[in-house]
Amino acid sequence: MAEIGLQEVTELAMLARLRLSTDETETMRRELQQILTAMDALAAVPTEGVAAMTHAVPMDLRLRPDAVMPSLTPAEALAAAPATAGDHFVVPAAIGPHE
Amino acid sequence: MSTDAVLPQLLEEWEPVIGLEIHVQLGSVSKAFSSSATTFGEPPNSLTDPLVLGMPGTLPVYNQRAAELAVALGVATSSKIRARSRFARKHYFYPDLPKGYQITQSDEPLCEEGTLDVLMGTQRMAIRLQRIHLEEDAGKSSHHGTVSHVDLNRAGVPLVEVVTAPELHSAEEAAEFMRSLHRLVRWLGISDGDMEKGQMRCDANVSVRRRGEDRLGTRTELKNINSFRFVQNAIDNEIVRQIRLLETGERVLRETRLWDATANASFPMRSKEEANDYRYFPDPDLPPLLIDGPMMARVMQTLPTLPGPRFERYREWGITGDDARTLIGERALSDYFEAAIAALPSVGCNAVAHAKAVGNWLLTTLLGALNRDGKSIAESPFPATALAAIVGLIEGGTISGKIAKDVFDEAYQTGAEPAAIVAAKGLVQISNPAELLPIISRLLVENPKQIEAYRNGNEKMLGYFVGKVMKATDGKANPQVLNDLLRKALVPA
Amino acid sequence: MSGIDAATLHSPAAVLARRVRGGEITAIDLVEGYLARIAAYDADLGAYLHVAADAARRSAEELDQRRKAGFSLGPLAGVPLALKDLVVTKGLVTTAGSKMLDGWVPPYDATVVEKLRAADAIVLGKTNCDEFGMGSSNENSAYHVTRNPWDRTRVPGGSSGGSAAAVAADLCAASLGTDTGGSIRQPAAMCGAVGLKPTYGRVSRWGLIAYASSLDAIGPMTKTVEDAALMLETIAGADPRDATTIDAPVPRYRDALSLGVTGLTIGLPREYFPPGGLDPEIRAALDAVVAMLRDAGADVVNMSLPHTALALPAYYVLAPAEASSNLARYDGVRYGRRASLQGQNKASLADMLEQTRAEGFGPEVKRRIMLGTFALRSGYYDAYYKKAQQVRTLIKQDFDQAFANGIDVVLTPTTPTTAFEIGATNSPMQMYLADVFTLACNLAGLPGLSVPCGLNSVGLPIGVQLMGCTLDEATLLRVGAVIERRSGLGDRKPAMTPESDTQPEFAAAVPPTGGLA
Ligand SMILES: [Mg+2]
Ligand SMILES: [Zn+2]
Repeated sequence: MAEIGLQEVTELAMLARLRLSTDETETMRRELQQILTAMDALAAVPTEGVAAMTHAVPMDLRLRPDAVMPSLTPAEALAAAPATAGDHFVVPAAIGPHE
Repeated sequence: MSTDAVLPQLLEEWEPVIGLEIHVQLGSVSKAFSSSATTFGEPPNSLTDPLVLGMPGTLPVYNQRAAELAVALGVATSSKIRARSRFARKHYFYPDLPKGYQITQSDEPLCEEGTLDVLMGTQRMAIRLQRIHLEEDAGKSSHHGTVSHVDLNRAGVPLVEVVTAPELHSAEEAAEFMRSLHRLVRWLGISDGDMEKGQMRCDANVSVRRRGEDRLGTRTELKNINSFRFVQNAIDNEIVRQIRLLETGERVLRETRLWDATANASFPMRSKEEANDYRYFPDPDLPPLLIDGPMMARVMQTLPTLPGPRFERYREWGITGDDARTLIGERALSDYFEAAIAALPSVGCNAVAHAKAVGNWLLTTLLGALNRDGKSIAESPFPATALAAIVGLIEGGTISGKIAKDVFDEAYQTGAEPAAIVAAKGLVQISNPAELLPIISRLLVENPKQIEAYRNGNEKMLGYFVGKVMKATDGKANPQVLNDLLRKALVPA
Repeated sequence: MSGIDAATLHSPAAVLARRVRGGEITAIDLVEGYLARIAAYDADLGAYLHVAADAARRSAEELDQRRKAGFSLGPLAGVPLALKDLVVTKGLVTTAGSKMLDGWVPPYDATVVEKLRAADAIVLGKTNCDEFGMGSSNENSAYHVTRNPWDRTRVPGGSSGGSAAAVAADLCAASLGTDTGGSIRQPAAMCGAVGLKPTYGRVSRWGLIAYASSLDAIGPMTKTVEDAALMLETIAGADPRDATTIDAPVPRYRDALSLGVTGLTIGLPREYFPPGGLDPEIRAALDAVVAMLRDAGADVVNMSLPHTALALPAYYVLAPAEASSNLARYDGVRYGRRASLQGQNKASLADMLEQTRAEGFGPEVKRRIMLGTFALRSGYYDAYYKKAQQVRTLIKQDFDQAFANGIDVVLTPTTPTTAFEIGATNSPMQMYLADVFTLACNLAGLPGLSVPCGLNSVGLPIGVQLMGCTLDEATLLRVGAVIERRSGLGDRKPAMTPESDTQPEFAAAVPPTGGLA
């Protein structure tokens, strides 16, 4: 049976960028444990050679023609943004580069 | 001490092992998954749409042109092309990554096990590729003190990531790999490969080991090498850094480092999430990308002969390695050369025998003129058939090389046919001894002293007589014939 | 009430469209009629999050003018619709029931909205739902609780509970819901509405705020089976903007409604009738439906879908995994909510992100994001995510086998219980069990229809679920029409208070017979 500890809950919250209080972390641990226990039923199923299914209806990717359509204007693009400066979105300093 | 000075000595004992991950922008006019333009240098956030902004409810649909360009690269690198490849999501948070994940390919990439035909100097070498996969670019953040600004114009631009096997063994080789890939993507019309515009970017995985050792050393990933000038510098710098560490008994850390061109040094990329977990999984919005017969046929139809085989052929034609490398440097130049060669038979020349002459005329005379006028080969006012015609006129003995230069200049300026210029100006060279002998006879009578000097061993006097005849014939005397006639005439009776 | 009586507002969409086209009633009168009812009842019911009164009036007036000018009108002429707030509407606030999107005005319309507008339907407003579609009771809405029109102390089901309640209480003519694990069918059953989850890919998801992309479907929630057919005809079809839509012609589903059930084989999977796991009154109602169908000429057989019990664990791996990914975009950068970082003079990007997500998401959403993040972690992926995908294949194969063996339609209860009381569910797992009969259909990508088949002894609706093979919505609707005709709710409607005294036509609390008889 999968056991989930507080440390792991903290790591998951970090990965998911969810800030949890100490209380929330404990509650979350308990609830995840309960759910994961129900998931244990999966482990018992023999699935050797069974294909992993992403879509129930088999399909191939439809492609789109390489055609340019009008973009949103910068004003439209920024209309719903919580913070902007000129034509940019603004966030607290992003230190460090891309992955 | 600079890297250049110490490196050769260090390399006697140490062997660098380098693998590259190169991102190349696919030259479609619209983005990978939506219809905004991919233009460079537009005002910030003017190339977005709900999908580029990662808005709720939007769905990606892949660009057919981008798929075809990527397949062309796969074919050109003899890669195994997967009939059904899969898009996957790679998760991380960054303010210019609108969905919180990048659409890329993970387990089932479009291409695997290819090779890139790399020209190491004038030597061809096949460098193995692990994979070529499709992905999308992120936006751009710029940093201003306590805040960062985000521009999403680049977000969603289609890319391929080309991943080599770790089998490059010097920074020079890495740089040559980059140049060959750059040449190929331009050749195929996949991308302009302009590094200044971010159309081509390079990350390098670098490790070193003692020569003779099989096991790979701990590698670092060097990021942000975004100019051709930096590739060699950055990698050499990292090689020296690692060797120094190991020689002083320290360890190389498995880390990602960022190249800072201004500081001429790399720095560890410090991130709060030391061990990120990208949580790749197949993108449920995108069924498998099918590369079927019709698409392959479309790609194959437009696939040109590649630079590698052309280089090989030019060498066989007796062209020097350096010239052959120059000739394949650009598809337009090579195509021009091929067209000129193809036109040779129609001017009575054997293509193979005179390829070298065509090459010389192209690389020195024509490129010289184009350079002077600031024109590219594609803009040349002098067509390839005209170049073949000039070579034909020379090799057929119709005009001398010296006259040919004048003919070229006029043809280049006016666009007239070289043969027409020769005919109109009566520039056909005089090869008939019967026309030259009377002139020679008169000279012999008029220049006794000079004959005397020649006969006393002053070989230079031959040139004096050649000059006189040339002057008398407006330079049209066939130099070869004239030389023979003069030598015979100057022999003491 | 602008000359429109309650009986008219109770009419099916197909009837209203016909009358608007014929000039018997105007669209503006219909819109005013529903707006008046919303004003009267919705403060108590809470079916809507946003009512687009002015926009609806404008559309109605424009449509009435077009009719007067002699233009012919579309199949949903003047029909006022309620859209679940998970469906993106241009210029009309769309929140997904989440604080994260509080006040978000989208710059584009979902494909289904474009299609409905093209058919001359009118958007009345956006209905309440569990946040991002995650829930089975509407209690997970960040805004308010929607009450069940049949009993205000009970939930309407979820996550399309607002749409179901609006249809049941005649606060709209018909509605759209979305269904990832039962979110159309389960609330439809609990509110006495017809709910159709189409085959995965039958209806475009462009503009459906994603919960779990490989399972999500948009579908109609209506007063009649015919309306469901009419709505599906309007919204179905391949969409160049959704690469997962199926490129198959859209039939005229209404043509199937009169065909009857003679010659059809209907399967009853034993796993869906667990002894002790099913409300006895639901069991009895279904027995009655089965007897009726036999009587009507269907061949009803027992069958098995052996992997049924695995649907719940597989679903609660796959759906949260996709959700954890789909909800990564809510970062407070480009739209929606950003946490106020006042008082934190050196708030970092990480602070902004984490606080925004901590404040913007409710507990159930956080739980599923955490669960999904767990399932996708390297080292756990094969044991959870991939395993669940393989089990999904087995579940689909169960159905394939059944259809290959001659089953035309699989008949099950829609829900294990009727509508439960608000606040009565005290653990996530207990809530997840509310969808236990509807999950497999999404995992297998099949069409599923819930049709009312009676009321229980305290007057709560019961639904019967029909599942068919890929793209065979027509056969489900065909069987559904027979059930509706012979076991349906008939004229029975929820009694509406507080105005019930002045609205006698809604006061007729009908004893629970009919469907159970
Ligand atoms: Mg990489
Ligand atoms: Zn990449």
